[in-house]
Amino acid sequence: MRGRIIRQLLASVLVNSVYAMKNYPVVLINTVLAPISFLVIVNFVSRGALLSQAIEGAFIMSMFSSGMGLQSDLSHLKNDFKIQDMVVSSPASPAAYVLGMALSEIVYSIPALVTLIVLMAAFVHPGVIEALELMAVMLMMFTTSVTLGFTLSTFTSDIVQSFAFSGLISTLFTTLPPVYYPITYIPLPFRYLAYLSPTTYAAEIAQSTTGLLQVSTISMAFAWVVLAVVTIVFGVIAVTKARWREV
Amino acid sequence: MTKVYSASADKKALDGVSLSVKARGIFSLIGMNGAGKTTLVRILATQLEPTSGDAQLRGMDVVKDAKMLREIIASIPQEARTIPWMTPMQTVGSYLLWRGVPYSEGRSRAAEALAKVGIDGQRDTLNRKLSGGQRRKVMVAAVLAADSDITFLDEPTTGLDPISRKELWNSLEEISRSHFLVLTTHYLEEAEQLADTIAILDRGKLAAMGTLNQLRSLVKHQYSIRLPAGVAIPEVKDGTVTTGTEGQAQILTGEEEAYRLSAELLRAGARISVSRISLDDIFFHLVGEKGGK
Repeated sequence: MRGRIIRQLLASVLVNSVYAMKNYPVVLINTVLAPISFLVIVNFVSRGALLSQAIEGAFIMSMFSSGMGLQSDLSHLKNDFKIQDMVVSSPASPAAYVLGMALSEIVYSIPALVTLIVLMAAFVHPGVIEALELMAVMLMMFTTSVTLGFTLSTFTSDIVQSFAFSGLISTLFTTLPPVYYPITYIPLPFRYLAYLSPTTYAAEIAQSTTGLLQVSTISMAFAWVVLAVVTIVFGVIAVTKARWREV
Repeated sequence: MTKVYSASADKKALDGVSLSVKARGIFSLIGMNGAGKTTLVRILATQLEPTSGDAQLRGMDVVKDAKMLREIIASIPQEARTIPWMTPMQTVGSYLLWRGVPYSEGRSRAAEALAKVGIDGQRDTLNRKLSGGQRRKVMVAAVLAADSDITFLDEPTTGLDPISRKELWNSLEEISRSHFLVLTTHYLEEAEQLADTIAILDRGKLAAMGTLNQLRSLVKHQYSIRLPAGVAIPEVKDGTVTTGTEGQAQILTGEEEAYRLSAELLRAGARISVSRISLDDIFFHLVGEKGGK
């Protein structure tokens, strides 16, 4: 049974990332480009002052975008290729299919993640505890975006709609909020708007953990709670609303 | 069984369809566009829930026992397409992995299935470089490699050239000796050639079902005489005459009258063809006339 699940996970990873990376190597550059380009711009504009924040921001963007990528990929396979229908009429479970697709997004992001880990080690120097905290934040970010992406994919009926959702949500959650720079840079009335995005809390935790931002213990605890609640809420929505078999 | 899609609540995609068929050989569903063929296949293949009613395959309910049923079924949807960045081997191999087949066994089964549908020479070529017909064959190879008890093929030969279609027919005939295939098709000669049992769907309802001979018995006149344009149509005592837009004609009649009319036409020097009625004739009789075609 375990062997079968591993094979089903492997199928999703092969189809959605490995074969694309192998047969179209240009995608390797593409996955690195988006997070790194913002990092470079922020670094130049701040004359190097925000390099560490920008590296952490690029990490958050990369993880969140991976999850959102799942939304368009699932929608593509379901609506355009009808592959999901073939998988539905097979012994593969919805959980194995989606988990495999989520893993494929991580594999797809490996070039970006490796680049960012190297930059993190070179410029941010997190200790073991800090690194574990950062990993936890990134994992929650990824889980949130994966569950959100999966839920949205079940509602989108074509690829144009799907890409529109994906682009919109990625921009709203990773480009506009203070992910690449401290929230203190945002004028106060607009700061409250930034707190509507879970990525703001993720960035606040990441920046505070590595000493780039001074945040009270209560604020940190609150940020962790918000992230956990958002992850759980989107997870519950994904499980209850998403449909494997159509009605 | 009934199916109403929420987007078009006033129209029933399936309207009280009730049928029972022995799960062996090839069962073909035919009907015009929108007749409900794909909806019925998707419900049976556990991809879609019926609005009311139930269906069982090998004693398993398609809704309640879907998990068990999925162990023994495979399906190729009507609009299934190959992924451009993959090769045929990768396409079939991945599908088998999803089904839980070990990687190495999947590769050998994939190679065998691709050879069976005539794609062995292109098995490592990217799908985007294949012709439309070859891509369709890759999808068919995937479900054939699954070696499932019951396989649903929704218009598998659409887009294939006549030779490829014949090759695929041979493969399907061979597989149907040990597996049950449910085939929907627009090509009536395909159903006539391959199917052991044929169901005709008409606007969501079952118009008729049976073997070709059983369907023939639903039509009064069993013989067809086809006349080219320009041939004077003799008086037909018992039968129907249909004239085409270009002057060609078809007479449907009984055996004795067909013999008499043929003799008369041949004496007049006309070049005619006489045969037992085909599935086309039956389909036209059962569906076309009601549909005003």
